[in-house]
Amino acid sequence: MASAAVAVERNLTFIQLKKNKLAIIGLLIISLLVIVAVFAPVLAPHHPYEQDLDRVMMAPCSEYPFGTDDFGRCILSRIIFGTRISLAIGLIVTAISAVAGIILGMLAGFYGGVIDEVIMRIVDIFLAFPGLILALVIAGLLGPGMFNVLFALALVGWMGYARVVRGAVLAEKEKSFVETAMSLGASDLYIMCRHLLPNVIAPVIVMATLGIGHTILAAAGLSFLGLGAQPPIPVWGSMLNDGKQYLQTAPYMTIFPGLAIMITVLSFNFLGDGLRDIFDPRLKEKSIE
Amino acid sequence: MLKYIARRLAMLVIVIIGVTLITFTMMHLAPGDPAELIATARYGMENLTEEDVERIRVAEGLDAPVFIQYLRWLGHTVRGDFGCSLVTGDPVQEEILLKIPATFQLALAALVVSLLIAIPAGIISAVKQYSPLDYLTMTGALLGVSMPNFWLGLLLILLFSVTLGWFPVFGYGSLRHMILPAVTLGTGMAAITTRLTRSSMLDVLRQDYIIAARSKGLAERNVIRTHALKNSFIPVVTIVGLQIGHLLEGTVIVESIFAWPGIGKLLVDSIFARDFSMIQGCVLLFAVLFVIVNLLVDISYVYLDPRIRYEKES
Repeated sequence: MASAAVAVERNLTFIQLKKNKLAIIGLLIISLLVIVAVFAPVLAPHHPYEQDLDRVMMAPCSEYPFGTDDFGRCILSRIIFGTRISLAIGLIVTAISAVAGIILGMLAGFYGGVIDEVIMRIVDIFLAFPGLILALVIAGLLGPGMFNVLFALALVGWMGYARVVRGAVLAEKEKSFVETAMSLGASDLYIMCRHLLPNVIAPVIVMATLGIGHTILAAAGLSFLGLGAQPPIPVWGSMLNDGKQYLQTAPYMTIFPGLAIMITVLSFNFLGDGLRDIFDPRLKEKSIE
Repeated sequence: MLKYIARRLAMLVIVIIGVTLITFTMMHLAPGDPAELIATARYGMENLTEEDVERIRVAEGLDAPVFIQYLRWLGHTVRGDFGCSLVTGDPVQEEILLKIPATFQLALAALVVSLLIAIPAGIISAVKQYSPLDYLTMTGALLGVSMPNFWLGLLLILLFSVTLGWFPVFGYGSLRHMILPAVTLGTGMAAITTRLTRSSMLDVLRQDYIIAARSKGLAERNVIRTHALKNSFIPVVTIVGLQIGHLLEGTVIVESIFAWPGIGKLLVDSIFARDFSMIQGCVLLFAVLFVIVNLLVDISYVYLDPRIRYEKES
């Protein structure tokens, strides 16, 4: 019975999603990006590190559709391989932030009292400071490297999830099925995982979808400033940073990586907005059709 | 109200301690020895000896445990002494004070740009809901939210400086220098404000008093101007206020692109130079500004919306 109801509900979600054109476009682009990331070695016309110093900063042509950079590397191939890093950073950081936020928000909402007070004050402290600046300082001090950027972005990204989950748990906790479970002697952990988590997960999914886009944007900003993965690893943000110096002679070094960032972020925003309309119909009017 | 402000100011102290503690810890986890940095700055790379480094370590108190060092730093800071730059040797507060006006100018100009775009666009979009103009505006807003501002900045340079030659590529001084950075920083913010102005206006237009005003035969223009506008601005002020904080955040990248001599560029430069005392000073400044701006925004609601009373809250 229960599983049939869940199946129907899932089906409904999908039907509603199908109605939302922008969300579908977002989903399609994201699927395409995932395919590009997975099959990068097959799809890229050249190796992303392959230098050809005789063919430096060549304008787009049939062999190099997006042109070549200041080392004579194929820009298209570097963008294709860069998809892997961007998506990986977006997914990993968002997963860490969301899981940390869910755990802390759940603890705060479920136990209340001192635990709630302590966790929410920590949330307040983190929210009272511009996250990107904190991430910049942390990643900058820890030095260049992919892991440091992951750590810095996850550290400033978990608070929203904690707040939302805490609010939802506070509302769910009072309901009779939770009280019944408690009186039957179910453990706290069981109640949290089995009864509360499924009921608070919807807003988290919406936030996480939008969060992946924000994270990719923030990571690109940090790598534009010179933090994160170092050359010759192809990263969209640092490709823009290279292109900056040759804006006059080779604008394609700047235009294409930026386009890649924008399309990726846009597709996650499309999907996130669409999912929000489905999970929270009250907000539908407030967002863009 | 006073009690509320006092509580928020207490929060400010906690935030500053929290943020500086985090950055202080990171500095000590970070590679690079501050004693060696100071020694290099003072004696140059060539004449550096191990004894000099050790002497400075003891003299500057860098041999003490991290927590003691932090308390010492806090003690100095409370008395208005932010220490000296490890690179130039100049007092941190002097350097920061020198850079504040440029950042404020940029942030203010960006705020003006964003409001000039967002308020008219949002209102027109709501009044003419589902018209082609509305779709155009909303598509523009979605693009604006998703576009990296550093990319936009580079594209603007490419078009207006490199190709058309209208504005200088970078630098600081005249109004002409300010336009591209302000537009770069302002448009991202405009995108969010436009969406919010539109939805807030749509909410108001559905209210009973708007229907009443219309049904008594008031011209639509007057309905919008005298009844709808003012009421739709409360959430807009909220989001604009919150965004001023993010405007400060945005200055970091925009100042770096346009070589704008403000706090944001100073922070990025200090990070790459590993100038620990300067980093700490900039972080402190950003924290104070951010919290104070948010507090001012909260206080301003009370005047805009008499329904809000802070004493009743928590």
